[in-house]
Amino acid sequence: MTHPSTTGPAPVLALKDVSKSFGAVRALRDVSLELFPGEVHALAGENGAGKSTLIKTLAGVHRPDAGQVLLDGAPVTFHGPGDARDAGIAVIYQEPTLFPDLSIAENIYMGRQPRRALGRIDHKATHNATAALMKRLGVELDPDRPARGLSIADQQIVEIAKALSFDARVLIMDEPTAALTGSEVARLFGVVRTLREQGAAVLFISHRLEEIFEICRRVTTLRDGAWIASEPLEGMTEDDLVRRMVGRDLDELYPKQEVEPGEVALSVRRLTREGVFTDVSFDVRHGEIVGLAGLVGAGRTEVARAVFGIDRWDAGEVTVHGKALVNGAPSTAMAAGLALVPEDRRAQGLVMDMSIERNIGLTGLRTTVKAGLMDRGAERSRSLDWAVKLQVKYARIADTVNTLSGGNQQKVVLAKWLATGPKVLIVDEPTRGIDVGTKAEVHRLLSQLAADGVAVLMISSDLPEILGMADRVLVMHEGRLTAEIPRSDATEETVMAAATGRAAA
Amino acid sequence: MADISLSRAVRRSALKRWDSAVGALLIVVLLFSFGFVDGFGNALNLSFLIGNTLPIALIALPMTLLVVSGEIDLSVASTAGLSGAVMGALWNQGMAIETIIPICLLLGVVCGLINGLLVTKLGLPSLAVTIGTLAAYRGIAQIVLGSDAVTDFPTQYLDFAAGRIGDTFIPYAFLPFLVLLAIAVVALHATPFGRSLFAIGASEEAARFAGIRVKRQKLILFTLTGLMASLTGIFWALHYASARYDNATGLELSVVAAVLLGGIDFDGGKGTLGGAIAGVFLLGALQNVMSLQDVSAQSQIVVTGVLLVLSVLGPRVVRQISTARAGRRAASTPTS
Repeated sequence: MTHPSTTGPAPVLALKDVSKSFGAVRALRDVSLELFPGEVHALAGENGAGKSTLIKTLAGVHRPDAGQVLLDGAPVTFHGPGDARDAGIAVIYQEPTLFPDLSIAENIYMGRQPRRALGRIDHKATHNATAALMKRLGVELDPDRPARGLSIADQQIVEIAKALSFDARVLIMDEPTAALTGSEVARLFGVVRTLREQGAAVLFISHRLEEIFEICRRVTTLRDGAWIASEPLEGMTEDDLVRRMVGRDLDELYPKQEVEPGEVALSVRRLTREGVFTDVSFDVRHGEIVGLAGLVGAGRTEVARAVFGIDRWDAGEVTVHGKALVNGAPSTAMAAGLALVPEDRRAQGLVMDMSIERNIGLTGLRTTVKAGLMDRGAERSRSLDWAVKLQVKYARIADTVNTLSGGNQQKVVLAKWLATGPKVLIVDEPTRGIDVGTKAEVHRLLSQLAADGVAVLMISSDLPEILGMADRVLVMHEGRLTAEIPRSDATEETVMAAATGRAAA
Repeated sequence: MADISLSRAVRRSALKRWDSAVGALLIVVLLFSFGFVDGFGNALNLSFLIGNTLPIALIALPMTLLVVSGEIDLSVASTAGLSGAVMGALWNQGMAIETIIPICLLLGVVCGLINGLLVTKLGLPSLAVTIGTLAAYRGIAQIVLGSDAVTDFPTQYLDFAAGRIGDTFIPYAFLPFLVLLAIAVVALHATPFGRSLFAIGASEEAARFAGIRVKRQKLILFTLTGLMASLTGIFWALHYASARYDNATGLELSVVAAVLLGGIDFDGGKGTLGGAIAGVFLLGALQNVMSLQDVSAQSQIVVTGVLLVLSVLGPRVVRQISTARAGRRAASTPTS
């Protein structure tokens, strides 16, 4: 499986026949991987395929049970993340953790600032070193600005700069684009290309296949902890890659059914929340999937929150079947048949320390009740029923939801809301961060719900998802609805034009 | 992911074990005291034990619900003191006790409501708010009653609050307490209301997104806590036949210590009322034994303080030990 004959430079970091188990779970089985300098290498696989374990093995968090980690061709043993960092390996996580009250420069040189006499911190040298790093990355960020208020994209840049300050030769980027907007992704890719040209090896993980094809040269695919292939991306199609990941031909990713829309279910009129969104009006009919597109920060999530009652609105009206909803009252929105699958499933969608059963049960506190007391039998059968219907993969229904993979957690959130029998379902980024197999399942489910007469409002930053699933596309830009595009006219160009504020045709 | 789920499982079972460990410890302390502490086992002393523990137990009921939902009320002892003081002042004015008691209970409701509104409407942390009202309510009590001590309440009330059923160890007041305990257990563990409190304590944001009326539930809890605190204040004044402005001073420390000792997680979202009540009576038994051994009141406070620290520390240590054990076991099992 080794390729010493590969022409060009030797791999800077490699795994050779590595296995790692946790108890009975075999997270990695005989996995090999070679990272060359000046190369961006993709790591592909569904949730639970072993990507995280592989990353943690490279980063010195886990030690392999069998096999070797090779640094510049020589076997090494990392006794902890510090060893890996000293060897020039840096991991950039999806959500960076910076100290909000320290400046960018202080964050980068935390604990090892240049010193002046008497051990005083040399702020000028820290500033200059940081400015040099930013210049190297081709990014304009003021080193003295506090980390608080930086976008996730900027925080990642700071993490990358920090990695460079450690002379990192290998950068592992774990789903760095999951929370970024289109232009932020473009800038990040600019930085990645710069690093590549400077000779760094980059391991890139993303659920967005088009990104893999855009930025990477080779791809290593894992499935169920096993190595499937390491190969050049040139000549491959997205379908080829998906087949490697799921091990079979995937059902259609966007199984949209044609449905004749019925009566108006949800009607939003001139809704305004000062400084957040303005004069937003739209309808969603039974049987319809309406896509709500726009850049991150355009106000889409905020509209959804206001409609459901999480935040109050300052002006306007929301009606379900002609009946006005109370401002700022989720419980009355629920009673009217509204459901919201929120953007952040870990913080908003689920109580992570609670069981699957109780999480689904939380939306039934008014219904699974007998004589004022919880009807535990009814609660359990309701939860089981929906967990099974949505094919949640779990060991026991009483397990806490934090034992589940991201895709299964999302299914629990969906189960929790579908169990209320909603007439109007609002889903905010329903497939963010979940693997392509589960994504297809969620799409099939949404399509089926619409066919059954549910009115669906789908917020998504995933443009192919919007175009593939929506009957109509609403586009927001800077807090206003700027376009309503029927399915037949919706293309990447028309939607992006409206989302970026360029006059839509 | 495997290691995460393992540590979660360990944590949950550790918490459960802590619950039952406190119950077991209570039984051990009782058996030990029966055997080795002079004067402990007779019915009169046991009725004293229960009677003196009742104020802690009464307030522990709503406090448990409050801590489960992630909040706390440190003003309870001051509310109790204020109720007693107002009761004494009105009694001195010649008002009928049947009128005074509802007024005092209403006053407790108002005290609790003020705490609740400050927390829910202004979004202030309950720890800070109730430290403030702890001082304020006690101050008002002193203004109302000064340094007087009112002792001449009607005999049948005093007898009820201090007396016991025949020659048994059961104080009269223990019976209504059992009713309140049953109500609290059902409310926390068997109603949608209780279920929502666990959700709020574990993740307030997720609870809100599930349509749970977080602020309303908290307001209800603070109000109930005020009501129970004033009921305790009335009981205290009658039980000790003395209404003074400084009644029940420091009682909040005992209540919080007992509740945490009983395994209610200070971060909210976890615990059982059974555990909390076991914690209450464990503390009560220790205080009783110390009194029998002529340990001074001041030293007893030291013990309460140490118990408070231990009760926060204990579950964590247990958790760490069992995590380490589980880790060693996992490491020693052959991986196939």
